[in-house]
Amino acid sequence: MSDQQNNWIGKNTVRPDGIDKVTGRAAYAADTTMPGMIWAKVLRSPHPHAKIRGIDTAKAEALAGVKAVVTAQDFVDFPIDTPVPLGIQDMRWMSRNMLAREKALFHGHPVAAVAAVDERTAAAACALIEVDYEVLPFAIEIDDALAPDAAILHDHIKYDGKPSNIAGTLEHKLGDIEKGFAEADVVIERSFTTRPVHQGYIEPHACLVAVEPDGKTTVWSSSQGQFMVRAMTAFLTGIPQSKIRAIPAEIGGGFGGKTICYLEPVAAILSRKAGRPVKMVMSREEVMRATGPTSGSKSTVKIGAKKDGTITAAEGIFYLQAGCLPGSPIRGAAGCAFAPYDIKNVHALGYDVVSNRSKVAAYRAPGAPIGAYAAECVIDEVAEAIGMDPLAFRLKNAAREGTKMAYGPVLPRIGYLETIEAAMNHPHYKAPLGKFQGRGVASGFWFNAGGESSAQLNITEDGNVVVTTGHPDIGGSRAAIANVAAELLGIDYRRVSVLIGDTATVGYSNLTGGSRVLFASAIVVTESAEQVIGQLKARAAKIWGIDRDAVVWENGEARPSGEHSGNFPTLTLAQIAAKASETGGPIGAGSQLNTTGAEGGFGTHICDVEVDMDLGIVRVLRYTSFQDVGRAVHPAYVEGQIQGGAVQGIGWALNEEYIYNKKGQVDNASFLDYRMPVCSDLPMLDAVMLEIPNPKHPQGVRGVGEVPMVPVMAAVANALHNATGRRFFSLPMSPPKVLEVLDAGMQQAAE
Amino acid sequence: MTETRYLAPSSLDEAVGAFAAATGAARILAGGTDLLVQMRSGLLKPGLIVDIKKIPEMTSIERTADGGFRIGAAVAGAVLAEHADFAATWPGVLEAINLIGSTQVQGRASAGGNLCNGSPAGDSVPAMVAAGAVLTLQGPDGRRELPVEKFPAGPGKTNLKPGEILVSFTLPPRPAGSGDAYLRMIPRTEMDIAVVGVGVNLTMKDGVCTAARVGLGAVAPTVLLVKDAAKALVGSKLDDAALDAAAAACSAACKPIDDKRGTIVYRTKVAGVLLKRTVAIAAERAKGN
Amino acid sequence: MAKTHVTTTINGDQVEYLCDPADSLLDVLRGPLGLTGAKEGCGTGDCGACSVTLDGRLVCSCLMLAVEAEGHEIATIEGMSKGELHPLQQKFLEMAALQCGICTPGMLLASKSLLERNPDPTETEVRYWLAGNLCRCTGYDKIVRAVMETAAEMREAAR
Repeated sequence: MSDQQNNWIGKNTVRPDGIDKVTGRAAYAADTTMPGMIWAKVLRSPHPHAKIRGIDTAKAEALAGVKAVVTAQDFVDFPIDTPVPLGIQDMRWMSRNMLAREKALFHGHPVAAVAAVDERTAAAACALIEVDYEVLPFAIEIDDALAPDAAILHDHIKYDGKPSNIAGTLEHKLGDIEKGFAEADVVIERSFTTRPVHQGYIEPHACLVAVEPDGKTTVWSSSQGQFMVRAMTAFLTGIPQSKIRAIPAEIGGGFGGKTICYLEPVAAILSRKAGRPVKMVMSREEVMRATGPTSGSKSTVKIGAKKDGTITAAEGIFYLQAGCLPGSPIRGAAGCAFAPYDIKNVHALGYDVVSNRSKVAAYRAPGAPIGAYAAECVIDEVAEAIGMDPLAFRLKNAAREGTKMAYGPVLPRIGYLETIEAAMNHPHYKAPLGKFQGRGVASGFWFNAGGESSAQLNITEDGNVVVTTGHPDIGGSRAAIANVAAELLGIDYRRVSVLIGDTATVGYSNLTGGSRVLFASAIVVTESAEQVIGQLKARAAKIWGIDRDAVVWENGEARPSGEHSGNFPTLTLAQIAAKASETGGPIGAGSQLNTTGAEGGFGTHICDVEVDMDLGIVRVLRYTSFQDVGRAVHPAYVEGQIQGGAVQGIGWALNEEYIYNKKGQVDNASFLDYRMPVCSDLPMLDAVMLEIPNPKHPQGVRGVGEVPMVPVMAAVANALHNATGRRFFSLPMSPPKVLEVLDAGMQQAAE
Repeated sequence: MTETRYLAPSSLDEAVGAFAAATGAARILAGGTDLLVQMRSGLLKPGLIVDIKKIPEMTSIERTADGGFRIGAAVAGAVLAEHADFAATWPGVLEAINLIGSTQVQGRASAGGNLCNGSPAGDSVPAMVAAGAVLTLQGPDGRRELPVEKFPAGPGKTNLKPGEILVSFTLPPRPAGSGDAYLRMIPRTEMDIAVVGVGVNLTMKDGVCTAARVGLGAVAPTVLLVKDAAKALVGSKLDDAALDAAAAACSAACKPIDDKRGTIVYRTKVAGVLLKRTVAIAAERAKGN
Repeated sequence: MAKTHVTTTINGDQVEYLCDPADSLLDVLRGPLGLTGAKEGCGTGDCGACSVTLDGRLVCSCLMLAVEAEGHEIATIEGMSKGELHPLQQKFLEMAALQCGICTPGMLLASKSLLERNPDPTETEVRYWLAGNLCRCTGYDKIVRAVMETAAEMREAAR
């Protein structure tokens, strides 16, 4: 894109789907009904680990009002030794996560489900299902799972030749770290722990599924990908994909947690058995016990640097919990932890550890915030040891165009340096601090993604535009897509409608996640728009009787390219649309691509905190995020991503954690005791969006949704260190833990 | 369909009659902010719900003949907050009640419900204890009065006799130079159950504390009336030594547990810290009176 | 056990329904009444997504029994705009004070309730009033700004 003044790109337009959202009309998955609809409930394991010897559903089936009962036997059996990949998931694990097969693997693990005339009857029927459990010892925390006498979850998983709860590893190596550490003047090694946290979307999972007598299946659900829903439902139920139509409802938050299915396949088989549409809605307690969350972790990071500030070596060992089935985001931790820096000698090693918790799901830059928390705290400590300003230290070692990343690629043109420089020069960095206040900084990186996207752009008979795209809109992407379409066609934004298609009405489109929706959609929408503009020019040419190469499209109109082409008055989009039938037919085009060119994203954050030294309470006073956003097509929604990510990170840093009791059960499965930030906890949040356009994207877009959460926990921890002189190696930095560290420090000082 | 029945009587006698007749399978409904949560979790399946919000005595706020206040047990926190007279007289009790839950919860939750729920962490209770509130209870055997600190019997338990309903709180008249305050420690700024709650009620004369009551919550199976803390304050000028002694008395009185909201070590320490801060606020308010 | 018949007023209209005594108002709004604007985020009064007003007072509909609505006036998000959007709704859209939108109905009703009582709130007052409305997408910044700007505009318009 040139620097010309844009009409729509870069403007804060009102989102096209907005009115429905502010009037309560928008249809989320739990809002929908179908004639004859019945309700289903899930029976969940009361044990954190148990063999399932048998399930007797007879009494449940006999209860008046019950229409169908299912267990794992009603679903496709994926033998445990044969991988069945689908995207980044493995169907062996998805099927067992959805309904326990050989074993119940966590407290709350679905074991059976019942569909009945109403929720109360379905719940009563669940209570009548008799499950023969052989209770087994369990392991929740990483230490427990790795202990020599640990309860082993899966017999087929071996590490070092022995049965183990280490389900896999991932390693990146660059250079020679022994040599690197030997060259260093300062080497700091620290170990960190983080607790599991939940994505915390306010909308619980919900779906409505109807299977017709001929097998045609309609799924209406809250998900981050209707094509994922269709594919997973097909794999797990055995219903052919071609018979399934998955329709994305409006989604009430996901953050990665809705990139997999829990309910849809279950509802489908229940519907097939019952001959009725089946609705399933999770309670908040079910969401907290049995979905997501992300990994708890134990990490050790070691960084060495020379007195002049050059980092010579970095090593990170990351243990991440997978939950009960393999697949923790070690890729994010190992790949991103040191990515902001140009370091010649790097070693990153991740361990995927299973334990008797619900299987983890993606959470906003999965794994990266965990790795960044450890790495950025050590970076801070190394800078302090050398006596260098923490931002200057980062600047000196900053990854830039040409830097070889430990996980493989060489960086293209990116804006990391710019984020550091902007932070250093921002008034926030120099603002005075009061008593018991402190300031911390941190940087972070996320891979971002491109991937498949499809779009159609059709011109209506009255000369307006309908864009159909393939990705659920989780943060305002419809507004940005409308900006792009309006800009390309040169028409008023309000003439563009943006719809999200379903699996039957739009081409394959990959998940809403990976910071890719606008990146990928804009590419296919651009291609579609360009094709449509070509058609419009051709129609104008036909109307004028001139060569189509002699027509130019500008400001929403066709005009002859020069005097030599002819002296015709311009034709507007509406005028050409009115003559569509007689000039060849409907005007529209589509594009389906596996988009590429999504390079990673970087951010640098500044955080100010204030500490109540007698109560250990930490409050964030001020927060500024600096991020290279490529191109802010809709600045307010980009800012929204940055602000939202900051607050999720603040919650992770200060108060959010899964608390388990001695019976291996989640003790805080509600919003009362799973403590997410509330409005009064926070200040206004500043976002500085630096636009270093992505050269590989038609509008210069870079994915922005996930980077915002990566640096946050370290920024808060470093701020807390600045305020108190103490370092915090364990999250969350909740009041009892902060006070414990402060008191220990005072004791040490007194000794 | 459930087996739950609902009754909304307009007289106390009718309420007591129905409640007592249901012999334990009934629950009183005031604001419902605890009851509905417990019903939803399956903890409670009441056979009968007696809604007492139509009973005038339970929803009214009045001055008593001797200049005190009588507050119906079912008065919602938001309604009480709109009573300027009460707010000026008992800012500590009011702020304690107003800390229960969110704005939405405040629209319904009552001091009576908060007390009867029997949570050791109920925000209103330490302030009521400090205020010296006297409860009016009515049951099949008639009416009786009980000092509020004798009401809680343990987590989730009260000293209500079978069939008895809490009718109202009576707060004594305020001597000149009195002030009260309530502080709690919560990890966030709102929406949490108190990890520690402290209510302090003081009377000051010529810079000397002549009377004091200290209520301590969330650090024992019931809210505590900490007489030793009061003793340390009375007769003093609220100097550092007196505050230290009162704080130590609060920490000593703690019999807390480790749970998902706080640890023994933390609660014990915080009890002392909060005592000092609460005394400071109560004293400041006492000056103004 | 037969259902209970309730007569109430919702968004200014008389409404009748049958319900189980144990049903919450939220259950009935979303079920038989088809008013799905109030959302169930938690069912325990901790998220505010189910907010409605009862005789003009902000409450969580998940914490009220449906039978308690008898003789009272309920207002839901569906009644907030009468033809034209309420200034808060308009401002939320203009200032991008929503992303996924699930908290938005509750947020709007809560904000409206605040401005009816306090037409000139400080930022702190807005934040504490809205503490019972959880949002996971926005970090609250734009919501608070939208409320305060609307308050300013409404004060100006009232002059």
